[in-house]
Amino acid sequence: MITAPPPSATRIGLARARLELLLFYRNPAAVIFSFAYPIIMLVIFGSVFRNSHVAGGVTYTQYFVPGIAATGIMLTSFQALGVRIALERHDGELARLQALGTPPLAYFFGKAAQVLVTTTSQLAVLLVVGRYGFDVPLPADAAHWLTFGWVAALGALAGTVLGIAVSLVSKDARTADAVVPPIAIVLQFFSGVFFVYSRLPAWMRDIAAVFPLKWLTQGMRSAFLPDGARQAEVSGSWQHGLTATVLLTWVVVGLVICRRGFRWRRTA
Amino acid sequence: MTAMDDAVRVRGLRKVYAGRTVVDGIDLDIRAGECFALLGPNGAGKTTTIEILEGFRRRDGGDIAVLGADPAAGDRQWRARVGVVAQGLGAVLELSVHEMLQHFATYHGAPRETGELLTAVGLTDAAGTRVRNLSGGQRRRLDVALGVQGRPELLFLDEPTTGLDPAARRQFWTLLESLRAEGTTILLTTHYLDEAAHLADRVAVIAAGRLLETAPPDQLGAALRLTAVVRWTEDGAVHEVPTATPFATVRELCTRFPTGELPDFAVVRPSLEDVYLAMLEDAS
Repeated sequence: MITAPPPSATRIGLARARLELLLFYRNPAAVIFSFAYPIIMLVIFGSVFRNSHVAGGVTYTQYFVPGIAATGIMLTSFQALGVRIALERHDGELARLQALGTPPLAYFFGKAAQVLVTTTSQLAVLLVVGRYGFDVPLPADAAHWLTFGWVAALGALAGTVLGIAVSLVSKDARTADAVVPPIAIVLQFFSGVFFVYSRLPAWMRDIAAVFPLKWLTQGMRSAFLPDGARQAEVSGSWQHGLTATVLLTWVVVGLVICRRGFRWRRTA
Repeated sequence: MTAMDDAVRVRGLRKVYAGRTVVDGIDLDIRAGECFALLGPNGAGKTTTIEILEGFRRRDGGDIAVLGADPAAGDRQWRARVGVVAQGLGAVLELSVHEMLQHFATYHGAPRETGELLTAVGLTDAAGTRVRNLSGGQRRRLDVALGVQGRPELLFLDEPTTGLDPAARRQFWTLLESLRAEGTTILLTTHYLDEAAHLADRVAVIAAGRLLETAPPDQLGAALRLTAVVRWTEDGAVHEVPTATPFATVRELCTRFPTGELPDFAVVRPSLEDVYLAMLEDAS
């Protein structure tokens, strides 16, 4: 007997995307924290610091929304994938995919689709809560929406690729659970999400500047805040070119790690 | 039969874990369309061997061709021709059995129809059950269904019936027989002798990483089978005479007891199990 040749990677990728979305809605507990965290934080910090101002007529809530939006993107991409993929490897789900000859790209495509949908819906809820619950203005015009769009897309892409990469670094599911969320939390404090970035100690800023979240946060501020607020930034500008460069560099770093080190099993 | 007809060809396979040799120079030839059983106790190296043949583990020595290719370099086309039923393959717990089979059907060029698969493995009644809620035996059947879904030319089964109740085991045997009738080559590992004897054309006995013998089940341990035991009761005592020439012994008894019945008289040939246990004992 002769076995029929396997279908295209695209077909399997689409089936993976459908599956990932179905699982997201079927078992929301697995991702609900990544998904709901920014919204919960907005409600808490927005309520406590309702009347605080940072600088240049910008309220604390106005400053906080872009930061927590950036955090949300990091959580639904980097954290959700980093933890989830390590778990799937630990439970042998990836070994099953390997046994079926699944193209890795089809698997990644499914994960990326999940990130796209969860991130988009999360940002939509966040912006609506910010706008109608805390009077935070949305991006002012088409140009600012465009900035929001490319910064979010690049951030989610970097987060997706690095989430897959970090699942490789951690030896098993327990390590991933112990390593990934702390990284995400520390980066939030260093990157100007909860505190105004320009008022952080220089050493904290120097560390944050290496990682994507700082640039994602700053890029988001450039989409939400009035143009005058750029004077309050450390560099006195929004640094769009540098932001894109840093995020793209991280995408490349993540791709190299995934290409060299992706494996379906814990051991070979 | 030339080497081209072999589905699996293994020469001098070796695998070392942390300085311990777990597979120690194994040779195998499995013909296309054959059902071949690797029989051995736990820790004999069966799973390691099969995982190397599946392309999931690296080897430390030896030459292998599985469907004409080195499994360590097997591409998608090759992988599609190989079906795997193994211990550590996870399942998507939040899907129902039916959904899971429907999802994985898309990974194959010409998948078996889902309803037909459910019937073949006896999961029709559990089709709507979430995988999370299946019993161990049901999970095993689902593994088997997923392993044969793509109509593989070569099917690897690593202890496929462990944890199945006797009825499910019989049903599984029937499924394997129908796969064989379609021409599927099957390599299974088992520590159940009756399973190997029932299913396999040939059995390889493996212990401590070495191949002890390869033979059809009824010829296994031919040397050990030469010895029969002639048994009878005389003066209230059981006599047992192991002999390579049982008929000579019987003739002698006929002379000694020309009339009447000899109580409890029997000539006993060793069962497959006796042969197997004797082989393992010799090896250790």
